[in-house]
Amino acid sequence: MEQFAQIQVSHLFFLAFASLAVVAAFNVILQRNPIYSAIGLIVVMCCLAGLFLTLAAEFIAAIQIIVYAGAIMVLFVFVIMLLNVREEDAKADRQKYLKFLAVPLFLAMIAEVMAVLKTVGNPTASETVPGTVESVAEGMFTNYVLPFEATSVLILMAIVGSMMLARRESKEETDDIEAALTAANQPTEIVEESSEEEVHA
Amino acid sequence: MSSLINSIDFPFVLGALIKVVIFWITIMIICAYAVYAERRVLAVIQNRLGPNRVGWQGLLQPFADLIKFIFKEDIIPMSVNRALYVMAPIISLIPAMMVLIVYPFGPSDLPLPGGEILSQLVNDLSTKLGLGWNVDLRTINLYVTSFNVGILYVFAMTGLGVYGIFIAGWASNSKYSLLGGLRSSAQMVSYELGLSLSVVAVLLMAGTLDLVKIVEQQSGWYGMRWNIFGGTSAGEGLSSLAMAIPAIFAFFIYLVSAIAETNRIPFDLPEAETELVAGFHTEYSALKFALFFIAEYVNMTTVSVLAASLFLGGWNGPFINVFPWLGPIYFLAKVFFFLFLYIWLRGTLPRLRYDQLMSFGWKFLLPAALLNIALAAIIAVLVY
Amino acid sequence: MVPLSWYLALSAVLFTIGVAGVLIQRNAIVLFMCIELMLNSVNLTLVAFSRFLGDVTGQLFVFIVMVVAAAEAAVGLAIIIALFRTRETLNVDEADLLKL
Repeated sequence: MEQFAQIQVSHLFFLAFASLAVVAAFNVILQRNPIYSAIGLIVVMCCLAGLFLTLAAEFIAAIQIIVYAGAIMVLFVFVIMLLNVREEDAKADRQKYLKFLAVPLFLAMIAEVMAVLKTVGNPTASETVPGTVESVAEGMFTNYVLPFEATSVLILMAIVGSMMLARRESKEETDDIEAALTAANQPTEIVEESSEEEVHA
Repeated sequence: MSSLINSIDFPFVLGALIKVVIFWITIMIICAYAVYAERRVLAVIQNRLGPNRVGWQGLLQPFADLIKFIFKEDIIPMSVNRALYVMAPIISLIPAMMVLIVYPFGPSDLPLPGGEILSQLVNDLSTKLGLGWNVDLRTINLYVTSFNVGILYVFAMTGLGVYGIFIAGWASNSKYSLLGGLRSSAQMVSYELGLSLSVVAVLLMAGTLDLVKIVEQQSGWYGMRWNIFGGTSAGEGLSSLAMAIPAIFAFFIYLVSAIAETNRIPFDLPEAETELVAGFHTEYSALKFALFFIAEYVNMTTVSVLAASLFLGGWNGPFINVFPWLGPIYFLAKVFFFLFLYIWLRGTLPRLRYDQLMSFGWKFLLPAALLNIALAAIIAVLVY
Repeated sequence: MVPLSWYLALSAVLFTIGVAGVLIQRNAIVLFMCIELMLNSVNLTLVAFSRFLGDVTGQLFVFIVMVVAAAEAAVGLAIIIALFRTRETLNVDEADLLKL
């Protein structure tokens, strides 16, 4: 195969990172213990950071490891450990026939992707390499400053929202809700039921 | 195959490998003797003698410890999760070690004595082997790579080091380990924010994330224009001293966050003996425990190197222009100063309780770092 | 130089694995992780095109996608924790009625 004679070390790097990423991705969906799935996803993210480095996007690679592998996945693993999620018991599949439908459809999708990629061809990489911090910052703070500010508002909403959703109600809040319901002249059975459920939850 | 070999830049790869090996050996020696120094300095503070039997004044103690760790019995409890239990020290150690490729040990373009002879030797050898290199070894750079996003890379590796700790805690399958692991990692993640934000004030002065360039910018004023004295961003002459105010605040915020980040006293409740047996490394013995230990000291060294490079000018010092080879000496002196500071704080301060620690990090250090950034930006605009 | 189509093929494969995971998995947290996998594969496509077209907009978009993924992960996990407290299970097949 004359194409093998043209192989360069960058191809080898790509193949190494890509195969590790695909194996780890299969690991994510096929493992029964959620911690192993989380570790698989961390490996996928680190491999993707390596791929970003081969694409000369070093800022995005560093941000990928800091944000995704270093913060989001830490959050996932914390939640798994705190909720003490155990291995799943293998329950009976309720829809066994789907397995026989899935594999042909997957092969059809692969064929479609290959057909599309043949028409894309192989464009040569551009001369300007926009991967440094300076170029990303130049783009972000001149043309795209509005999405940047919008994301900061989004993060603020996420902080407040997740804190409100995940906390337990304290005793004072339960009493406040009871008092408000009594003051609004709700029937007493509903007040007692709801206070019992809130104390249980 | 020929295109594969042609596409690898062998002189660069070999040079990088040699430098990595030399730096790694240096860091290992520094860590080993940091352990020894800790025991001796703590002994002086606590009014007793430290280890002084093995070799002259106990200087061979690290080797004795290493041999002990290798020959100790390696116990793996039955109820642990074996794969994760064995992987955890390795996950903790590898990111800690990977940072050393961005350490700026000395100035770039150092004149190497005997450089022409060495480059001629290497070039002749390569022509004999048919490779045809053309290296120039008259000047060398004392860093492995000048990374465009050097500081972000350091923070990325610090963030990955958190995984070793709580995977160890979880895999050990014991109450003390799990609690210690979760608390340690929550503390590390919280103080990473303070660490990163305090460095931003220095980045305002430097204008680049490249650690090598940041240190090079601090070469003015006969090698004393360090960032803690104002750096080079805000104007010339004495007006740049105004930037020293946010720089000093940033320095102290950085130091406190760094001590909390590496789980040292006064922030080491999650691994204190009187509280949680030994925290996340309760169930670890022999070589795996040694790996955690080394990872902790390498983290300390990393943080000290960053403090020395960002705030105290790295390899800069008096007479650096005349004798460039003084650079590594100044650098190591500053790193040793910070390690000594760590040990001194360990011997002197009591521990913080866990809730005090977390509220200090979130409610005081993080707003302080943010206000410091605002202050630095205002001063940079007003003075410049 | 690695051709662009290789990066796009890898991104498609990762995206498909993510979709398969979302359809197969019953554990709510692992379902979330498969959604993150899909977002990551799209990031790879964006960065690959940014390199081959010489435009930094792709990398900016990746930055925004990462921020959105972080916010979504935080809020989603908070919802899962709240759900777990009342139902005592993380199996999404069992959460099919509004009543407990």
